[in-house]
Amino acid sequence: MVLGAAALATTFNSCKPKNVGSAVTGDGAAKAYVAPGKYDEFYNFLSGGFSGQMSVYGLPSGRLFRVIPVFSLDPEKGYGYSEETKPMLMTSHGFVPWDDLHHPELSQTNGEVDGRWIFGNANNTPRVARIDLSTYRTAEIIELPNSGGNHSSPFITQNTEYVVAGTRFSVPPDYENGDVPISTYKKNFKGHISFISVGKEDGKMDIAFQIECPGINFDLSHAGKDKSHGWFFFSCYNTEQANTLLEVNASQRDKDFIMAVNWKKAEEYLKAGKGKKVQTKYAHNVYNEKTHSATSEIKTEVTVLDAKELPDMCYFIPCPKSPHGCDVDPTGEYIVGSGKLAALIPVFSFDKIQKAIADKAFEGDYDGVPVIKYEAALYGEVKKPGLGPLHTEFDGKGNAYTSFFVSSEVVKWNIKDLKVLDRVPTYYSVGHLCVPGGDSRKPNAKYVIAYNKITKDRYLPTGPELTQSAQLYDISGDKMQLILDFPTIGEPHYAQAIAASVIKDRSVKFYKIDENQNPYLAKGEGQTKVVREGNKIHVYMTAIRSHFAPDNIEGVKMGDEVYFHVTNLEQDWDVPHGFAVKGAANAELLIMPGETQTLKWVPDKVGIFPIYCTDFCSALHQEMSGYVRVSPAGSNVPLIWGTGKTQPEEVATK
Amino acid sequence: MNRLLFLAVAATFFAACGGNPQPEKNPFEAGDAGPKKEASGNPSYDPERGTGKFTHVDVAPALDAAMASNGEKVYEVKCNSCHKLTNEKLVGPGWQDVTKRYKAEWIMNFITNTDEMLNKDPKAQANLEICLVRMPNQNLSDGDARALYEFMRKNDGVK
Repeated sequence: MVLGAAALATTFNSCKPKNVGSAVTGDGAAKAYVAPGKYDEFYNFLSGGFSGQMSVYGLPSGRLFRVIPVFSLDPEKGYGYSEETKPMLMTSHGFVPWDDLHHPELSQTNGEVDGRWIFGNANNTPRVARIDLSTYRTAEIIELPNSGGNHSSPFITQNTEYVVAGTRFSVPPDYENGDVPISTYKKNFKGHISFISVGKEDGKMDIAFQIECPGINFDLSHAGKDKSHGWFFFSCYNTEQANTLLEVNASQRDKDFIMAVNWKKAEEYLKAGKGKKVQTKYAHNVYNEKTHSATSEIKTEVTVLDAKELPDMCYFIPCPKSPHGCDVDPTGEYIVGSGKLAALIPVFSFDKIQKAIADKAFEGDYDGVPVIKYEAALYGEVKKPGLGPLHTEFDGKGNAYTSFFVSSEVVKWNIKDLKVLDRVPTYYSVGHLCVPGGDSRKPNAKYVIAYNKITKDRYLPTGPELTQSAQLYDISGDKMQLILDFPTIGEPHYAQAIAASVIKDRSVKFYKIDENQNPYLAKGEGQTKVVREGNKIHVYMTAIRSHFAPDNIEGVKMGDEVYFHVTNLEQDWDVPHGFAVKGAANAELLIMPGETQTLKWVPDKVGIFPIYCTDFCSALHQEMSGYVRVSPAGSNVPLIWGTGKTQPEEVATK
Repeated sequence: MNRLLFLAVAATFFAACGGNPQPEKNPFEAGDAGPKKEASGNPSYDPERGTGKFTHVDVAPALDAAMASNGEKVYEVKCNSCHKLTNEKLVGPGWQDVTKRYKAEWIMNFITNTDEMLNKDPKAQANLEICLVRMPNQNLSDGDARALYEFMRKNDGVK
């Protein structure tokens, strides 16, 4: 079979411009093979792009383990459908059921990935989410005011002091009148970047401050580390400040910027009261693992520091040309900009930037913010590396790996001498790259993974829409070696990877029923009941292999709203129960052991409605079902319920 | 994964005893009924004790009423969905006389080391063959297990 595949590849190969067949060589298959029942060495967390979710893969196998619902509804898990999770998707615009998640970022301690949390950004309705890696669930979401999209996010400082967010689309701030002609962009539109503080122990997020910047587009960012800890670097495009046909109008200037932010200075200004408190509205949603439910709060105030009024806080560094990636090497000295329309890679030196600032080596200012002279900040340029550099990761051994969208390749180069060492093709049009820990102080550089924008002919066709894909390269030797393709959900933008040994033993196996504080908990079948409160009916229900209690309910009437509060009484790993009601304009519940979740159901007609468990739980799973009787409004059918109790037929027929 | 394992085990049983008539006496009195695979081949295995951490449990002749009361609380949360206190089978066997059918060590090993017991112990396997639902591991603490046993004794009339 292997031979056959090889022969097939050779056949395709002969009529292709690129040598697909030779891309996988020698022991590639063995390197990516993880035997059945064996664990992968790394977790790989991928952004789901326009799916709004985050996916979890194993490396080197490329096996998909889980899709974590973050910014989008997930009927499979009841996320955003259960009463307990609906608040997670609340925003200042109300309930927003979808978003576009671009970048995962693992929490760090001392500049090393610690695997406690992973953050994700919402690119459309600007938000940042924190996912708890003991439960693999979204624990918190905070919305970003004064922003028109959140792309340069959620990159973090080396002790997870801050998660940042920068508006991709500048807009008039919330605290100004936004009803202005779009053509007044230069006058009325501003770019706000946000510094979100993260609780050291509990991870709780809060917008510490925002910096008001000129109205341009913020694209990507990365924190300084070690010597440059205290600084943050953001790539910026559309310094032309165009508001229409950006494809042309935002590509006029020879150089755009990387903005360097001295956030320690910003903290000083904040402490000295130099910020202005402005009124706005943004949602802060928190999931409580004890009550198994989320709360959403609308906050109304944020503190803004003005980049042009407060000196020594922000500087622009010219960077060719519409830069995308803005990546800091493990030592914190080198900042790599990737101009997506450029044919070279500029590498800036943190030491030279500091000297340029001290010497005031400025070529002028941009909207009140000093612009450092290109040559004064530049360490050097990688000449002719490829076309359209996008993003760079590091191996901690002095090498950088840069993706090239236009020329579809990954290029390995040496940071010190700026020489290209190796290049491999990608299939096709690679966006981001990921090396485990590759944007931290301590990369674990066994692999680089390319996340491709286009797959074209790489997989069996599935109509007009094709799978997205990732490609795994072994980088343990001098030469990069392609060892695996694997399909991905949504669109993978950035990704993070971490050694499985760091986090796998912290995985929660079930929720302890004794710690369940959901107000609608039924702690044992003895506490199951059905309670009518006006037209609301609360069903306190339990599930265990393999029955519900109660599983027969009568006395529900048209006009009632029924809330099924289902507690899974199991106390063992991998025993969720599902819950579904015929005709419910909703989703299922998927209830983890020890957890309580609530499904709201508004009956739409008179009759008998089956309920059942959706997640195969035992040999008698098919028996895990029941009935709800719905009677006309005003009928005198009494509210009765039970499991295993059968009424005499004559009573039942009355 | 557990569920698949369960299916595999269940399938084995179905295959092993296809066509066998139901035992006539109390089906939960495993005794000589049911397959004795692994364990029967191992002479050092004590079927009265089962497999697990409990090798010897001190049981006083008189009931410890406070402990039994704690056991009842655990029963109400984690057990009563499937076990009645009479001899009626619900999902699992009724608990009446359970302390007369099994030793304390066997019961406490079964309720704390459920999966291994179901995989190895002849009496546990005989029950599974009848109930066909693998008893869930409810992650009881040692104290919970001992309290439950005391509550079972109370249910069996120990004063």
